[in-house]
Amino acid sequence: MVRAISTLVGLAFVGVLALALFFTAKDAIQNPAPEAAEHEFHLHPRDAALSSAGYFGTFDRRQVQRGFQVYKEVCAACHSLKYVAFRDLKEIGYTEAEVKAIANQWVIEQPSINPDTGEATTRKNVASDHFPSPFANEVAARAANNNALPPDLSLMTKARHDGANYVFSLVGKGAYRPQPAELVEKFPGAKTPEGLHYNPYFANLNIAMPPPLTSDGQVTYTDGTAATHDQMAKDVAAFLTWTAEPKLESRHAAGFASVIFIAIFCFLAWGAYQNVWRDVKH
Amino acid sequence: MSFPWAKHYEPKQPLMRWLDEKLPVPRLVYNAVGAGYPVPRNLNYFWNFGVLAGAALGIQIITGIVLAMHYAANAGVAFGSVEGIMRDVNAGWFLRYAHANGASMFLLVVYIHIARGLYYGSYKAPREMVWLLGVVIFLLMMATAFMGYVLPWGQMSFWGAQVITGFFSAIPLVGETIRVWLLGGYAPDNAALNRFFSLHYLLPFVIAGVIILHIWALHIPGSNNPTGVDVKGEQDTVPFHPYYTAKDAVGLGVFMLLFALLLFFSPNLLGHPDNYIEANPLSTPAHIVPEWYFLPFYAILKSFTADFILPAKLWGVLAMFGSILLLFFLPWLDSSPVRSANYRPKYRGFLIVLLFDVILLGYVGGAEANARNVILGQIASGYYFAHFLIILPWVSRSERPRPLPGSITEAVLAKHGGTSPAQTALASN
Ligand code: HEC
Ligand code: HEM
Repeated sequence: MVRAISTLVGLAFVGVLALALFFTAKDAIQNPAPEAAEHEFHLHPRDAALSSAGYFGTFDRRQVQRGFQVYKEVCAACHSLKYVAFRDLKEIGYTEAEVKAIANQWVIEQPSINPDTGEATTRKNVASDHFPSPFANEVAARAANNNALPPDLSLMTKARHDGANYVFSLVGKGAYRPQPAELVEKFPGAKTPEGLHYNPYFANLNIAMPPPLTSDGQVTYTDGTAATHDQMAKDVAAFLTWTAEPKLESRHAAGFASVIFIAIFCFLAWGAYQNVWRDVKH
Repeated sequence: MSFPWAKHYEPKQPLMRWLDEKLPVPRLVYNAVGAGYPVPRNLNYFWNFGVLAGAALGIQIITGIVLAMHYAANAGVAFGSVEGIMRDVNAGWFLRYAHANGASMFLLVVYIHIARGLYYGSYKAPREMVWLLGVVIFLLMMATAFMGYVLPWGQMSFWGAQVITGFFSAIPLVGETIRVWLLGGYAPDNAALNRFFSLHYLLPFVIAGVIILHIWALHIPGSNNPTGVDVKGEQDTVPFHPYYTAKDAVGLGVFMLLFALLLFFSPNLLGHPDNYIEANPLSTPAHIVPEWYFLPFYAILKSFTADFILPAKLWGVLAMFGSILLLFFLPWLDSSPVRSANYRPKYRGFLIVLLFDVILLGYVGGAEANARNVILGQIASGYYFAHFLIILPWVSRSERPRPLPGSITEAVLAKHGGTSPAQTALASN
């Protein structure tokens, strides 16, 4: 009885699946899926070889500071960094006084309220403020960017596959390039629309962000490092790795200690197990 | 319950004697996981996974309670409050990564625990109730994990909730009404987030309660073992403590090691990058995929692409829930009196195919839905249902099992070569 019912139920599911399979196969033969330009021309990120990568990675503080400089001088014009506070910069090696100065001199001010009139105004940043957004709101941001929205960068390197390498590649040397002739030939519909820019690292190949880094020496590093295009891209990727995962170093250190501790525990537990079971065959 | 030769709790300390008279909790522990519970002597490491699941639940509850002290269940601030935990709460990153990866470890351990039950026939008489309660726990875990994933209110949280609650709209006539009622709105929003948080906090304690019943039910017949043969006498068992406490400690160590490697060195390996983007009802992600542990079921859902009497979507939803619910009937679908697959050559073969089948379903669930993958998913789903509903009932009738050992002790001694009386004597102490 059980067998009969279960066989019937089983056959119902298997039968419907067989039917579905038949239609899927038929459809695949009759209308093969069109190839997509994104599939063929999308590139995997280049390796930025950051010191934070890998299981024992740590931040190269000077590089992260250089990356902060790139963010400050280039990206901050469009991108916010809302989960990071000025005081957090102490973690990448700035002194208390430097942090205060950076906050105080930050070009974009914090939205605030005039204490006398109650009207909306702005004030200078203090160390405990988070980085202010360059735009008052989403509408303003879109209006200034050809209707595209520059995303917040705090978590960018965790919000994309292979994020650090992705950011490096996206803004690094040679990423922005003329659309390949083969592409337009093969996919006439996929021509980069007006106002967008061809960039094969971006998921759909056409990004609204104008090339932010364009020439060597765009930023003058205070530590004397030569600011080549790729160097700036790597440095900003290093900085954004830190903004997304500021606790990376303590995590790796805690992990190292925990693994050693647990390994010793395993060893002792194994010894106890051998000892307890010594006389019992099992 | 238990066997007549089980040791008895005899407190010697006056304080313990006093406590035993007033509230015999130590006695309960002694009989449940102490020397008072006789366990087959031949259990292999697959029998560690129940205890590991219990440990994983403990970790989830502890980390979860502390997280809840800092989390804000409000659609406007939930994402930011999680970032606050990651950045500003002392060791907050540790709590959050432990809880997120702890869920993966929990499901991994429970999947192995279930596979153990399938292989060694632990679902059969006299342990049907243990199995049924296990399936209830599994369902509760899935609900808990799903609602937990919604809480950080990232893109995958939001769109996952949208897709999963969308299943209910497949129900004819009343489906849409039920969906709106469950969500408290037309789409996931503050109302949904709040109730998910409430239930996510509640369900682990319900699970803990069902686990108590699960273990209670187990302790009536006692544990199964790799031979599947019943315990015949005292020489077949050892007291749980110290024998299996020692063995479980080894398993726990290995579990913790794997957990630590994941948590500290690759905490986002099993997550989806899109969940680091705040929920945005106006922007649909390119691929909506659930967490890895739901992928096989998601693949089954997606495999039903043709209407037949019922709409395709309804078939998919029925099949997806059916694929889990059929586990409730397993003890009766399999009529073979032999438990362990080691003595059931045909069943063993089909079961190994099922294992690969489920892994294939997992792959398909996460992969792009092109024709090749959809067809793979349809074949794999077909095998899944055929295995439980057609193959198993017939194989259990027709197959000829291999000869079973006379007892657990006999099997142990045969493994160690020869069965001289001297060895039997040595082995039985
Ligand atoms: C002129 C304004 C502008 C500047 C300056 C700018 N960006 Fe952008 N950025 C944008 C816009 C607009 C988008 C949205 C693009 C889209 O969605 O097509 C964007 C998107 C991005 C993205 C996300 C791409 C994705 O995968 O969605 C990254 C990463 C990024 N920018 C990095 C940077 C970095 C690093 C800098 C500084 C070196 C920078 N941007 C400077 C306007 C800008
Ligand atoms: C929260 C999750 C769970 C916990 C904490 C848990 C705990 C346990 C424990 C401690 C044992 C005894 C030790 C062992 O045999 O490994 C056990 C046995 C068992 N569990 Fe679970 N369990 C869980 C989920 C499940 C699920 C989902 C199923 C099946 C659907 C299941 C089926 C069984 C069976 C059949 C046994 C008896 C095994 C035997 O004696 O061979 N359990 N469980």
